[in-house]
Amino acid sequence: MRNVVGIAEKELRSYFASPIAYIIVGFFALLFGVFFYVYLMAFVRQSEQMMQFGGGGGVNVNQMMIRGLFQNTAVIILFVMPIITMRTYSEEKRSGTIELLLTSPVTDLEIILGKFIGALGLYAAMLAVTMLYMLVLFKVGNPEWRPIIAGYVGLLLMGGCFLSTGLFISSLTKNQIVAGFLTFATFLLLWIINWFSESSGPTARDLLNYLSITEHFDDFARGIIDTKHVVYYLSFITFGLFLTAKSVDSERWRG
Amino acid sequence: MIEVQHITKHYGRVTAVDDVSFRVERGEILGFLGPNGAGKTTTMRILTGYMPASEGRAVVAGYDVFTHPIEAKRRTGYLPETPPLYPDMTAREYLDFVAKIKAVPASERKQRVDTVMERTRIADVANRHCSKLSKGYRQRVGLAQALIHNPDVLILDEPTAGLDPKQIIETRDLIRSLAGDHTIVLSTHILPEVAQTCQRVVIINKGRVVAVDTPDNLTARLKGAATLYIQVDAPGADAGAALAAVRGVTRVSSADQPRTPGGPDAMPPVSSGPLAFEVESEPDVDVRRDLARVVVTRGWGLLELRPVRMSLEDVFLQVTTEEVPEEAARA
Repeated sequence: MRNVVGIAEKELRSYFASPIAYIIVGFFALLFGVFFYVYLMAFVRQSEQMMQFGGGGGVNVNQMMIRGLFQNTAVIILFVMPIITMRTYSEEKRSGTIELLLTSPVTDLEIILGKFIGALGLYAAMLAVTMLYMLVLFKVGNPEWRPIIAGYVGLLLMGGCFLSTGLFISSLTKNQIVAGFLTFATFLLLWIINWFSESSGPTARDLLNYLSITEHFDDFARGIIDTKHVVYYLSFITFGLFLTAKSVDSERWRG
Repeated sequence: MIEVQHITKHYGRVTAVDDVSFRVERGEILGFLGPNGAGKTTTMRILTGYMPASEGRAVVAGYDVFTHPIEAKRRTGYLPETPPLYPDMTAREYLDFVAKIKAVPASERKQRVDTVMERTRIADVANRHCSKLSKGYRQRVGLAQALIHNPDVLILDEPTAGLDPKQIIETRDLIRSLAGDHTIVLSTHILPEVAQTCQRVVIINKGRVVAVDTPDNLTARLKGAATLYIQVDAPGADAGAALAAVRGVTRVSSADQPRTPGGPDAMPPVSSGPLAFEVESEPDVDVRRDLARVVVTRGWGLLELRPVRMSLEDVFLQVTTEEVPEEAARA
């Protein structure tokens, strides 16, 4: 466990020692801010209209605004995550520091978990910055806080899936660009996979919908924490980390 | 301390290391000598648990590196060919991180970092980023990293590669001073380094061990035929033929000697100046007296007569070259 913390710390430090972390956090906050503004304006317009037709009490910030905001955030994450994960293993392989890790008295699992938690830490920092926008909502309105927490839990879990997949892809290659691009392509595929569900048979539709990473996020965005989705995300993360472990181990045998 | 038994490593269809066995005793410095691509790095990577062997087993500090990797790694320090530094960490942060993952107790960590920095003389760059360090300092930080957990066994892959002559001497001194407390395996393709630093040498070529011995024994044992260098002043005479006629002499060849620039490349059989020859004889026959007598009785001047010691370089070439060794040693 101490090793996991040590490696996670090192990962976080290397993110924040380079401009990467600041650029990612900054741009994520900027994009989130743009969506926040757009949705807020739409919400204000809508509630004004409702007011004109009488009975202004019916508009719900959580339903009308925050839900859409979270769903769009999921899309931004899709673009940002490959940049976080593409260097995790590739860079260590290219510079030879992987030799240090693999000849130290730590297990492969500890290394993988350390890297995963480190990346998750940066992601959590990104999300933490967006909470400032939410504070504005609380200042001027009175949204419900529980659905918002649910949304963040969902974002964290979904991000975890992206990170574990990205970690796996990064462990396959020495080349960061290759890792980054493959990761992005994979995420995109996992995102749009349910588009094909419309035109397929009942079994295939259920399957495709189940596989789609964003499909499972909808309930979280609505403010519902359903164990079905939690289990999906956690097993997805575990599977990604498992694949990473296998990839690192096979690399060791192949030399 | 280290025991390597019949290790073989295949990469696909290529065999990088083929049935390598050797032992290293506690406190010893073992030199791992071989041309590039001989399998030195692969053997070291197997010893450090970086990769498993295809066959055979390696025991480091009493632990099999495959079945008990964590225990073995805890007792091994490893400096790979390129020091594994993180460019965005300072030397001190880096060593602190390595100490953490090498299971140095938190309470001793700071003190260990200070000790190794002093030992490897990098205290003056402690707060510099690793990306800004010169090659010499990078190598030393790498060495500090290998020492941080005070391992029983140190495995150093070409520790002096890319250093300037002064740094090479310093690094060798440091390595020698580490012997005793640590058992050291170092690889190199620089021959004098082995003669100067190591107590024992393993010569490896094309994945196979071709010789294991002390540097002195290797030069003596592999000398084979005794070789003498003789310089005579024999104006107008075929000295070579006369020397070859001595009983016990197997071969006479003209030896390199300082020539005037642009002079003839081959030694003329008859010349006015002093002639130099390398005379090889049967191993058990001392032909020095007879050689001297031949020269003196003919009225020639005997300017020099001395045994030629084979350098480690000759030995190395001899054992790693598959052509006729006598020719190769001269190449």
